[in-house]
Amino acid sequence: MATENSGGGSVEYIQHHLTNLRIGEGFWSLNIDTILVSAFLGALIVFVAMKIGKNLRTETPNGLQNAVESILEFVDAQVKDSFGSRAPSIVAPLALTILLWVWLMNFMDLLPIDLLPAIASGLGLEYFKVVPTTDLNVTLAMALVVFALVLYYNVKVKGLGGFLKMFLFHPFGKYLIPLNIVMTAIDELAKPISLALRLFGNIFAGELVFMLIALLTLGATISASLLIWFPLQVVLDMAWIAFHILIITLQAFIFMVLTIVYIGMAHNQDEH
Amino acid sequence: MDITITLVAQIISFLILVWLVNKYLWAPLSALMEARRKKISDGLSASERGKHELKLAQERSTELLREAKEKANDIIAQANSRSNQILEEARKNAKDEAERVVMQANAEIDREVNKAKEALREQISDVAITGAERILKREVTSKDHESAMADLIARI
Repeated sequence: MATENSGGGSVEYIQHHLTNLRIGEGFWSLNIDTILVSAFLGALIVFVAMKIGKNLRTETPNGLQNAVESILEFVDAQVKDSFGSRAPSIVAPLALTILLWVWLMNFMDLLPIDLLPAIASGLGLEYFKVVPTTDLNVTLAMALVVFALVLYYNVKVKGLGGFLKMFLFHPFGKYLIPLNIVMTAIDELAKPISLALRLFGNIFAGELVFMLIALLTLGATISASLLIWFPLQVVLDMAWIAFHILIITLQAFIFMVLTIVYIGMAHNQDEH
Repeated sequence: MDITITLVAQIISFLILVWLVNKYLWAPLSALMEARRKKISDGLSASERGKHELKLAQERSTELLREAKEKANDIIAQANSRSNQILEEARKNAKDEAERVVMQANAEIDREVNKAKEALREQISDVAITGAERILKREVTSKDHESAMADLIARI
């Protein structure tokens, strides 16, 4: 993305919003904004969980506990749908974490697009990319953890031999072993990659649309006549926010369900 | 947008978060919900059992009531027959007593009659002797007297 800023303020604006606050060089650079925001949201989850945990009530759950319980039951139902009753105990908490965390990280998308970067620049930080899920590192990190679990349960349930057999003899039987290896490898690798890229792509595109909407009146500081677009901007923004609420929820849900399904498939002895 | 060491950092924070969520959110809440489920199902089965027991108790109470009624009827019947028996006995006793009294009275009457007859006989013998003395105007011998008396007594 090393384009020259020949497009004027618009390109600069967008590129500014797509640049992480990072320290370090090349591969050894840390995206500080991503890590801070995602860690903050994770801490928020844990904080609320502890707050609820302090006064759990069996008989008369209060409002927040009720809400969390219904989310819990929803996740549990998804897990039970895929696994029956033999789900490993890690799956449900993992799915719950993904649902809550991804949703919250996606939700950062709905904050006013320049709010946090403006505050950050007030604090002397040049760049601040607000939405962690527009960073491929975040989505891929979760997808890789899921992938590792899928591999682990494949080997655990089917045995190392069974797992290798799956590579050798599926989907075309024993006469096309080389092709089978390629196909199964693609099949398995496609899981984490599609998981990561789907979430990343959806949220990234959504963020980009917010930027484009913001661009409508960007030049207003130069020529006030651009303010004529202001009503359109408000309408578009509201419409896209309303739509985006659905998208962020849907993407969080998809990530969670696919996680459950992939791990569930690893438990399926006689698939194909 | 490129993959950097951030990926590793995110993997680590994701793992930590999963662990924390499991510890502070999933485990306590699902344990609690499980406990609630168990409590509810226990309560339901207890109420089911209670209903069953109530039904049994009702059946038993009906049975007891029926038995008690039967027993009471038996007792009443027994009492009735006993009272009849007593009445019968009393009647019989009274009858016997009455007969006995009548017999005693009859015996008394007989004795009185005999006594009166005796007295009469003696008086008649006196009267007869006095009359005979007056008629005969003479003293009869003791021997005559005796024989005349015996004759008279025999005749009476």
